[in-house]
Amino acid sequence: MSAPELSRKSVAELGRALSARSVSAVELARSYLERIDRHKDLNAFLDVRPEVTLAQARAADARIARGDATPLTGVPIAHKDIFVTRDFASTASSRMLKGYMSPFDATVVEKLAGAGMVSLGKLNCDEFAMGSSNENSFYGNVLNPWDKTAVPGGSSGGSAAAVAARIAPAATATDTGGSIREPAAFSGITGIKPTYGRASRWGMIAFASSLDQAGIMTQSAEDAALIFNAMLGFDPKDSTSVERPAEDYTRALNSDLKSLRIGVPNEFFGEGLQPDVEKAVREALAEYVRLGAKLVDISLPNAELGIPVYYVIAPAECSSNLSRFDGVRYGHRAAQYGDLIDMIKKSRKEGFGPEPRRRILIGTYVLSHGYYDAYYIQAQKVRRIIADEFQQAFQQCDIIAGPVTTSVAFGFGEKAADPVSMYLSDLYTIPGSLAGIPGMSIPCGFGAKNRPVGLQLMSNYFEEAKLLGVAHRYQQATDWHTRIPGGF
Amino acid sequence: MALTLSDVKRIAHLARIEITEGDAEQTLGQLNDIFVMIERLQSVDTSRIEPMSHPLGGSQRLREDAASIPDVRDVVLGNAPAQQDGLFLVPKVIE
Repeated sequence: MSAPELSRKSVAELGRALSARSVSAVELARSYLERIDRHKDLNAFLDVRPEVTLAQARAADARIARGDATPLTGVPIAHKDIFVTRDFASTASSRMLKGYMSPFDATVVEKLAGAGMVSLGKLNCDEFAMGSSNENSFYGNVLNPWDKTAVPGGSSGGSAAAVAARIAPAATATDTGGSIREPAAFSGITGIKPTYGRASRWGMIAFASSLDQAGIMTQSAEDAALIFNAMLGFDPKDSTSVERPAEDYTRALNSDLKSLRIGVPNEFFGEGLQPDVEKAVREALAEYVRLGAKLVDISLPNAELGIPVYYVIAPAECSSNLSRFDGVRYGHRAAQYGDLIDMIKKSRKEGFGPEPRRRILIGTYVLSHGYYDAYYIQAQKVRRIIADEFQQAFQQCDIIAGPVTTSVAFGFGEKAADPVSMYLSDLYTIPGSLAGIPGMSIPCGFGAKNRPVGLQLMSNYFEEAKLLGVAHRYQQATDWHTRIPGGF
Repeated sequence: MALTLSDVKRIAHLARIEITEGDAEQTLGQLNDIFVMIERLQSVDTSRIEPMSHPLGGSQRLREDAASIPDVRDVVLGNAPAQQDGLFLVPKVIE
């Protein structure tokens, strides 16, 4: 197969080609490394080490030859630079961790490597996963392959751009308030976060621990299901990991949509939703009706309070998690300083960019004496109200569907100067993250300036297999997910 | 309730982040915008609601208190900004 042909293949197809020996893992790795190099201007990758990738590919070929391969053995994948890795630098896109080499691999990385996946390197993202446009990376902007004047979304912007440009067949990503779904929507690919607790947080550089959850970005729901089979599962090293038996996430891919009730929250179609996005989403819902599903009006009355809740809880947890960066054991240390406190203060000022600094300050304030109950506890209470409303909604429906974002991808610099307008990018994704339910974005058309639109699908806890099936049926009936940006 | 410049400097000190006068003024405006948004939470009646600290509830799972000694000393020290004889170096803290 030629290189462009290979880059069009899904993870499922690549797995089959590898086991049929019509391509080797080394050929595949070389072909992707070449594409990564050719599309360097996207700035999607932060660390690429061909010798590491090719050594993993040779091991995968040996495994295939021995006959103990999995459906993923030899298939390349790239990792968001929030997962620590022994063989590539782990920076969280921060100056603070420039050049940091982890003594261990994150569990997610280890599990995918255990299945035989070959790592292409590390992907750019917003610093410490804080952002909605990838403009907060210390290592520069990532360009949206559909339109290089637009942001790819964030925080998993490098993951989204890499999959959209087909310079990686799949990429890991993380979600705290929408960091998988929003960039997946902006970049026209499939992205899913599972139930909180499904993916191990061990080795995922912590931002807001009660929200952080790993997920995957792919060309299709089928690919996501295949990778989830290897990636998710109980991990004794993560104290919030859920103890449940292993599942086959592909089991419901071909389930019937007849009698499926899709809840459509009217709050997700209010003021602020741009008409181009609404049109594409409504058309996707109409497609589901044609496939046999029934639409049900539901209400999530307090979902819009998700943003204020999130901007108390996430900064509070981030101020605590990021207190470990003190310039003593690892990370950036200022060149000039006086005493120990001065060294820590200067190192943190220089090592963190403006957004982490801002969130640390908000978090420090809401956790400080006299404000803890008024802000942090009150936010945790409203968080429960929002989570309970999802449970009431799921009494009336099986799946919730709506837009991922209010608009298509915006341009560089459009929101960078106004944190509050940037925070509103996650209006429709934050409520699901607060509840901890699975959520995904699948491509459902194009809006203004021919930029992609995503359809958001959410299920109740632990129903990833059903959710993936609902997405897969749509992708069987439509071809939005197979569209590739020009020049790639 | 709006923050003042001295609040911002105090919070930055608590967070151990150096802040210049100019940065403090710019930060003050941004934080106040964010707190205007956050203040909306105060109007919600939560008198009978339990705080939610974790999506799936329950308590933190504990592991057995067993020591494990991975041999990673050289890699760990390799990431230190300053080290000598297997120790992390910091400015003198005891006179």
